[in-house]
This record gives sequence, structure tokens and C-alpha cells, in this order.
Amino acid sequence: MYRYDPYDQKIVNERVAQFRDQTRRYLAGELTDEEFRPLRLQNGLYIQRHAPMLRVAVPYGLLSSTQVRKMAHIARTYDKGYAHITTRQNVQFNWPELKLVPEILAELATVEMHAIQTSGACIRNITSDPFAGVAGDELIDPRPWGEILRQWSTFHPEFAFLPRKFKIAINGAREDRAVIQCHDIGLELKRDAAGEIGFRVLVGGGMGRTPVIGAEISAFVPWQHIITYCEAILRVYNRYGRRDNLYKARIKILVKALGIDEFRRQVEEEWVFGKNGPNTLTEAEVARVAGHFTTPAYESLPADDAGYVSQRAANPAFAAWTRRNVLAHKVPGYAVVVVSLKDPSRAPGDVTDVQLDLVADWADTYSFGEIRATHEQNLVLADVKQSELFALWEKARAANLATPTFGLLTDIICCPGGDFCSLANAKSIPIANAIQARFDDLDYLYDIGDIELNISGCMNSCGHHHVGHIGVLGVDKNGEEWYQVSLGGSQGNHTSIGKVIGRSFAAAEMPDVVSKIINVYLAQRQDGERFIETVRRTGLDPFKLGVYGEAAVKERKQNA
Amino acid sequence: MPKIIKNGQLIDDEARILILDESQAPEELTLAAGPVFVPFAVWQAHSGQLSGRADLGVWLDSHEDVAELVPDLGSIAAIAINFPKFTDGRAYSAAALLRTRYGFKGEIRAIGDVLRDQFFFMQRCGFDAIQPKVGKYSDAQLEEALASLKDFSAPYQAAVDQPEPLFRRAQRAA
Repeated sequence: MYRYDPYDQKIVNERVAQFRDQTRRYLAGELTDEEFRPLRLQNGLYIQRHAPMLRVAVPYGLLSSTQVRKMAHIARTYDKGYAHITTRQNVQFNWPELKLVPEILAELATVEMHAIQTSGACIRNITSDPFAGVAGDELIDPRPWGEILRQWSTFHPEFAFLPRKFKIAINGAREDRAVIQCHDIGLELKRDAAGEIGFRVLVGGGMGRTPVIGAEISAFVPWQHIITYCEAILRVYNRYGRRDNLYKARIKILVKALGIDEFRRQVEEEWVFGKNGPNTLTEAEVARVAGHFTTPAYESLPADDAGYVSQRAANPAFAAWTRRNVLAHKVPGYAVVVVSLKDPSRAPGDVTDVQLDLVADWADTYSFGEIRATHEQNLVLADVKQSELFALWEKARAANLATPTFGLLTDIICCPGGDFCSLANAKSIPIANAIQARFDDLDYLYDIGDIELNISGCMNSCGHHHVGHIGVLGVDKNGEEWYQVSLGGSQGNHTSIGKVIGRSFAAAEMPDVVSKIINVYLAQRQDGERFIETVRRTGLDPFKLGVYGEAAVKERKQNA
Repeated sequence: MPKIIKNGQLIDDEARILILDESQAPEELTLAAGPVFVPFAVWQAHSGQLSGRADLGVWLDSHEDVAELVPDLGSIAAIAINFPKFTDGRAYSAAALLRTRYGFKGEIRAIGDVLRDQFFFMQRCGFDAIQPKVGKYSDAQLEEALASLKDFSAPYQAAVDQPEPLFRRAQRAA
């Protein structure tokens, strides 16, 4: 993985010093709340319901075991013994003391980490495919490009005060695992007819209050020009994006208002000036960064390890875990392991200091010392030998990190919600836990099969509810918490925005509502059809009927 | 005398920022002597007489397009760009455009809601003069704030102050 050189280290060290001084001036009353706000946000620091929340950047989701041990140490020393993996592959701490945040940042800097631009109206931490480098369907490794764009966007002086936040995601495989269609800029690595690397560029996608699927602004930007092309997009947005209304300030609103063709024209016109300029990437720089993402020293192994085959045959619980949480690796004899953070006794994505230390140990023992964080709020050990899966599973199971539900109904994406977040309209964690408690029968979950249930506690959509096959959105009705349900959302190559099925529900109703939706699916499903495929085929009507009953649906249609 | 930051130093500066109230028509304005920044509308109305005055600058608000000044750049000594709020980042692009695309060599001054924690970004985008609001900082505080201009010693990306990105400036070990 990428290791800092003295330049990278110096920038992060100087950031620590800068924020230490800013915090000092704030606490001394020299900076107002309003003046300090964007400074702390651009260091990932929110003021929450109970305490500040610190969001630490995990560039493109990649962590070393040393970094994970530091997370454990921070959770133990400055927090209440746990951390939270976010839906943008970052790590959050919910309980740090404001005056100690500079200390935390200083600790992070010792392991080449920071909290730069994890919030605020700037270019945020860049996300990517958690299976980069090991997935069989990968065309081009996205990680070097993630690092190149991280460096370009870090403290970009022109784009530190954009109209609103700006998120970039990169994918380099046949299947999109980085939700690139729902980002301000979505980058798809590809090759042109001559075999040259470049990017298909999408712009103006996003979730939030107004969910939009990104539009293609360029079918192919050659790799040399990706920085200048992104700068042209950013400059047009910085100059002309709306600043009068927070809810209309994202780039998607500008792209919609101008139309993609006019927006493209403006970007191309701007790009003429930057293209081939100093920010044009060089082969030497790409080679330097790519040199950090080397192929580990894989052993030459049989495609199917005999011991692994017999362990699966002998142990149904192990077999179940391998069926869901162990994925194919491009190298024979190796596997990708999803370390589940969806134990129903914890909030989705939460992980304790003890667990973090264990995962770091396992990474060192089994997976070349690296760990990935996923936007679905799990951890991944990407390079485990098949012959060692059983040993890893036994350890993970003992640590409650082997919930065998990856990609199933209870592998819920869930924002921190009203329990922690001051933006939330409603709690989301208790809803997730109640649904997990209702669906605790593994055989039933396996029968239901692949399905994605995503919960957000407010319109900001951190829980990605718009692209959940089942999406749950917390809403406020006269001071009470209610939950709106949508169906048919999807991430990946067939990204779609879910549609709301009808009136919202009280928290206590939610497990029943999900049960009814699942019952409709099981009744309607045709051979081998996944949940999302059934919803696409039948439309929402049978689900509305199943959830609200015939009388209610009829009445609604009459009133419509 | 009020102090501003110019080229990284604290200097005395008595230039007024002329702000028209709604009842004043730019055409009917008579300009008092002395250093002053006039609004773009006043410049447009009087450019014949004002052109080439060394103690006179033009200020633009954050929503005004710098391209409109391009025909006159040769006869303007200084341009100020207003930050109505410090979170309004349009002025950064405006300054960068003036320097890089339109080749403006005169002073570019940041005015309005100008705070020390943004000085570094301003300087990188081509502002060579920084004028916080009167009373925002004491002289001592402004002196101390000069340190913010040096928050980062080797930034990654190209900008006005550093036209080459780090990967072209430095030999970075693989």
C-alpha cells in the first residue's frame, strides 16, 4: 500500500500543528463558533449530540495493521472503546474531547493517517472498490489513481470553500463496487481501443435530498489529463454552483439546471486552458505511486485446497460462513474474507478496540498486514490462503466477527442516526437491530438470499437508503420519529433510486413491515430470482398490497 | 493607519473601499481624492477619467465575472475581490483566473470577510494583498497571523504561487 515519503509526512505534520493552533484560538475565544466550524469540519470534527465526533480518513478504504492498531488505541484512550466504519469507508470516533483532538491527530500522523477533508464543503476523502487488486473482474487497479487524486485534492487552495461537499469515487472492475453513479464525480477506469488507460467520467450523481444518477460527461479522458479535467469540472462548479440555498448547492443541481450538454460545453471550454498544463500527469509520477501497490508474495497453490474442501464438508457452520463471507480471489488458493461488523448485538459498522487489535493480528498472520474498510460497513482481509480460512474463522467467531450474513437481509447499511448525529430526524440503529432480531434464522436468511437493506436517519442519506433494495428513511412528523420505506433501489452497474411505497411507519412497526415485504417476495419470486429482480419485474403494487392491505391501497388510489 | 498584508509583510495602507448605497447612481458619483477601490459599476461609468490612476483600484463582488474587466486590465493598478462571507469560495477562482488566464500583474487584494485561517489559500490563488475588515484584528493579531501564510511548506498541487505540482518540482523516492 502507499507509504508516506517525507513530503507526505510533512504535510500531515503541518496540518496537526495548524489545527492545534486553531483549536487553541477557538478555546481562547479568538475564533467564533462560526469561524471555527469549517476549520473543524475540514478536519472531520463534528459537534454531536453528546460529544464531538471525529471522522478519520481511510483513503480508498485501505488500512495497514499498524493503522488499525492505532485505531484501537485511540478508541481505548480517547473514546469509549469502540469505533465506527462509515459508508464512505472512513472511521468515526463518537466520544473524543474537543481539546484532545489535536493529540489524536498527532497520534494518527505517526501512522500516516489524518482527518483531512472528511467533512466540509470541499473535496472529500476518495472512495473505491474494497476488493481492488484481488477481484477477478478487475480491469485496472483503482488504488494508485485514488492516491494520486488524494494528493491533488489535499488542501487544494481553489476548492476549499465550494458551494457544498464534493465526493469522488473510482472503480476499476467490470462490476461497480464504489457506487460511482451516485457521486459528484464518478470515475470508471477503462482502456481505449489502443489499450491506453483512461476514465469514463460521470458527474452530478448523488443521494441526499435529491437523489440523482450521475450523467456521463466524458466517455474517455486519457489518464494524463484526469487532474486537469477534474479541475475544470470543479472550477465551473465553484464559480456557478448555487450558494443561496444549501439544499440546491450540490453539483447535481447545477448539472440539472444547465443540462449535461451545456455543462459539458462549459467544462470543455474551461479545460482548454488547463489541459496539457503543469498538472498533466507524468508517467514517472504514476509509476512512482503505482509502485506502492505491489502484488504481495503469493505462493503457488492449488485452486482448491484439499483441507479446506474437507473442513467445509465436515462443519456446516464453517461452510455457511464460507458461502457468504468468503469470496473468490484472482489468485488460485487464496480467498477474500469479509470480516462482518453486523453482529446483531452491536450497531452496524461498530467495532471495539479489542476487535480492532485482533483484526490487525489476523491481517499480519493471514493477509500481508492489510485491511480494507467497505462502504457496506464491514472489514475485509483480502489475501487469505484457503488452507488458513478455518483457523481464521474460529478466531473470528470467538470474537463475534464471523456473522455469516454478508450480502443478506441483516447485513444492513446504517448511519449512526439519532442516537449520535445531530442532523438526524430519527434513530436508525434500533431499527437495524430490531430487523436483525426478527430475522435471526440463518436458513431463512439464506432462503431469502441476496438483498440489501439500507437505513438513513435523515435526508442526508449517509445510510444510502436511496440505493437499498429496501430503503428506510427516518422522517420527523410533528416531533415524532417515523420511517418511510422505499423499494427497488440498487447500487452497482444497474444503479437505481428506490421508490417510496406509501405512508410511513412507527419504529415498532418496522420489523413487521419488512416481514410483509419479504413474504410478498417469497410468494412472487420465480426460479432463482433475487429480491431486486422480483421488484423490477412486478413493480411495487404487490408489495403495497402486502404491506398496507387491499382496503388501504384502494382508498389511496381513489384519493389520488 | 490601517494595516494590511502585502507580499507577506504588514504595511500601512489607507485605501478606502468605496461602497455605494442603493440611492447612489454610479454615473453621478464624484470621487474624492486619495487612494480608493471603487465598485465595478463606478469603474464602468467613469473609466475614461479613472483609467490609469495609480491610487485607484476596482473591486468586484464574488458574483461578478472577472472576464468583464479583461479589456481594461492594462489601465487598472489594483483589483480587489470581495468575500461577502469567508465561506464564499468564488473569489479563489476569480483571483486564479486573473493571474493565470488573463495575466494580470497588478495587486489582487482580498477584502470583506477575510480571516487568517484562509490566508494560505488566498496567497496560493494569487492574492498578494489581504485586507481584513477594520477592527477584525489588532495590529498584534495581524502580525501573529502572518504565520498562517506559511502553514504548509510544500503543497501537492500546482497553483498561482507554485505553478508546478509537487510531482514536477521534487524528486520523490519510489
